[in-house]
Amino acid sequence: MNAEVRAIKTSAEQALASAYEAARAALPGKGAVAALRDEAFKRFDAKGLPHRRVEEWKYTDLRALMRDALPLAAPADAAAKAKAKDAGKIFATLNCRRLVFIDGAFVPDLSDLTPERGLTVGSMADSLAKNDALIAAHVGKVFETDDAAVALNTSLMSDGAVIHVAAGTVLARPIHLVFASGETPSAAFIRSLIVVEKDAQAIIAESHESNASQVNCALELVIGDGAQVDYFKATQTRGLHVASLLLTVGAKAAFNTFALNSDASLVRNQSFVRFAGEGSTGGLRGVNLLRGKDHVDTTMLIDHAAGHCASREQFKSVLDGQSHNIFQGKIVVKPHAQKTDTKMMTRALLLSDEAEADNKPELEIFADDVVCGHGATAGALDPGLKFYLMSRGIDDKQAEALLIQAFIGETVEEIAHEGFREAIMRAALEWLETRG
Amino acid sequence: MLLEIKNLHVEVEDKKILNGLNLTIEKGQVAAIMGPNGSGKSTLSYVLAGKDAYNITEGDILLDGESILELAPDERAAKGIFLAFQYPVEVPGVATMTFLRTALNAQRKLRGEGEYSTPDFIKLVRETSAKLGVSQEHLRRAVNVGFSGGEKKRNEILQMAILQPRLAILDETDSGLDIDALKTVSEGVNRLRSSERSMIVITHYQRLLNYIVPDVVHVMSKGRVVKSGGKELALELEAKGYAQYTDEAA
Repeated sequence: MNAEVRAIKTSAEQALASAYEAARAALPGKGAVAALRDEAFKRFDAKGLPHRRVEEWKYTDLRALMRDALPLAAPADAAAKAKAKDAGKIFATLNCRRLVFIDGAFVPDLSDLTPERGLTVGSMADSLAKNDALIAAHVGKVFETDDAAVALNTSLMSDGAVIHVAAGTVLARPIHLVFASGETPSAAFIRSLIVVEKDAQAIIAESHESNASQVNCALELVIGDGAQVDYFKATQTRGLHVASLLLTVGAKAAFNTFALNSDASLVRNQSFVRFAGEGSTGGLRGVNLLRGKDHVDTTMLIDHAAGHCASREQFKSVLDGQSHNIFQGKIVVKPHAQKTDTKMMTRALLLSDEAEADNKPELEIFADDVVCGHGATAGALDPGLKFYLMSRGIDDKQAEALLIQAFIGETVEEIAHEGFREAIMRAALEWLETRG
Repeated sequence: MLLEIKNLHVEVEDKKILNGLNLTIEKGQVAAIMGPNGSGKSTLSYVLAGKDAYNITEGDILLDGESILELAPDERAAKGIFLAFQYPVEVPGVATMTFLRTALNAQRKLRGEGEYSTPDFIKLVRETSAKLGVSQEHLRRAVNVGFSGGEKKRNEILQMAILQPRLAILDETDSGLDIDALKTVSEGVNRLRSSERSMIVITHYQRLLNYIVPDVVHVMSKGRVVKSGGKELALELEAKGYAQYTDEAA
């Protein structure tokens, strides 16, 4: 139950209100888009920043964590552009189409805009200004939610990617959205829309690297009937990163998402997923590597609104120092969604006595012919396993590294694409190597 | 002599398990240690390998005349101590090949020797595993995951053959093995017998000693060696049981 208690506005909330007031006229999009912003801001303003009394945000109290709101990002300078060329290293070897964004703003001269049949790529700022048909049909409509972070994103959305993959198109290369940040910590409100039409196939990857910035990004992803989409998101930040995935899947479609958070100070990854057509399958997976005071919150709402769909949710976290990992997974099976098959599993590996892992699986099942399972574990490395490895000559650190690698490997191995599987494992191993 | 255990007293959670154990193992010697359940045989094997949770209150363990009590398990392994576990653990997610290679190279590094090249290593594992009847498919799998009891024991002997220890401790290697597996494992062990390698064969039953014939037999009871003799001592134990020694030690 979410108690509606409105306290006096915090300084961050006041700053956001004045930022919206000041930027409102200059933000891209007039008419219907401006109305959408106003309406969203009204919703945000009524709720304020999410706090611990909002059940979905119980463990990530943004009102307390966000002391102040940073100013909106200024256009990228030459130094930021030079730095952005090296951003997104994690997926650099995969021959992707790179689309580069600095503090959320699209940078065409750093992006690969080579034409490809069936693919349309553009910037959200341009599309909002034109309020073209794709925007009118989808923005704010892919998964309607009263979540305050999404409302705030809709109010202040400035730029992002707009990608359309026409029916039957199989993209030749993965698309890599490279989100880099400038030197000056700022606030970015990034909104992207990706529509993969009927029977099309696409691989989309996002990498986020930022300093002390505050990033609120949202991706609306529409997967048409029979389409296949793989979506990867790798996040590194020394600031605050709130990401919302709003996803609707048609019939007989297949998708997989994979999130990697490593060296992520404060991250909230929330997913809102609706199975809207029968016979689709979806996998949501991720690995979180935390140390120091890192805080990573993975929260998802999976709405099985159509029958004969299967979903798999599997998340692993490794926690060192005083870090805090949160997993909240809610699966809803609607009354007519018979033959739904879901399995949710989260496991936390605690390397330190001071780390904290919270797991909250929730099932709301209104259909009677379904298979829904969930499990959650949290524990330390097995000393028996470690002794076994050490008795063979493997030292303490290497034994731990092997066991951690094995722990996350189980989830990484689920990635079908060899290149992405290896890239993610490599990034995880780099994190392990820098473990003190 | 290779190994000398002097007046060893060991406690686990304030419970005394070893009570002044004395034992000497000569270079190249195969010594059987027999004894009833609870006599401290497995504790001895873990203490030699360096498992923590064992509190050594008195005594010493000398390898080549030097105490190993302060050494971590990996350092002891590099010095040539190998424990074949009674219950080999499953290590999900770590492929057997990766495990073997990491272990071998880690030991060689600690000893200041060069790492094995990939082709040399693969050749070594292929040849060794073929002799022990360990399939290539097993080598690709995660360590011991989904292995039968016999396959796990065979995997222990494979590790021993790859790592070439100077002192191998076989902790109830016969338990859970059928007669065919027992033969294969014993043959594997016998192939590794050499004047440079000592072995401590811990067993509850005489059966294993028909296949791995020891040079000496020690009987343990209540945390001490209470009798030592030749291989005929094992047969005597089989005939008469352990009762006389448990009473003697009381």
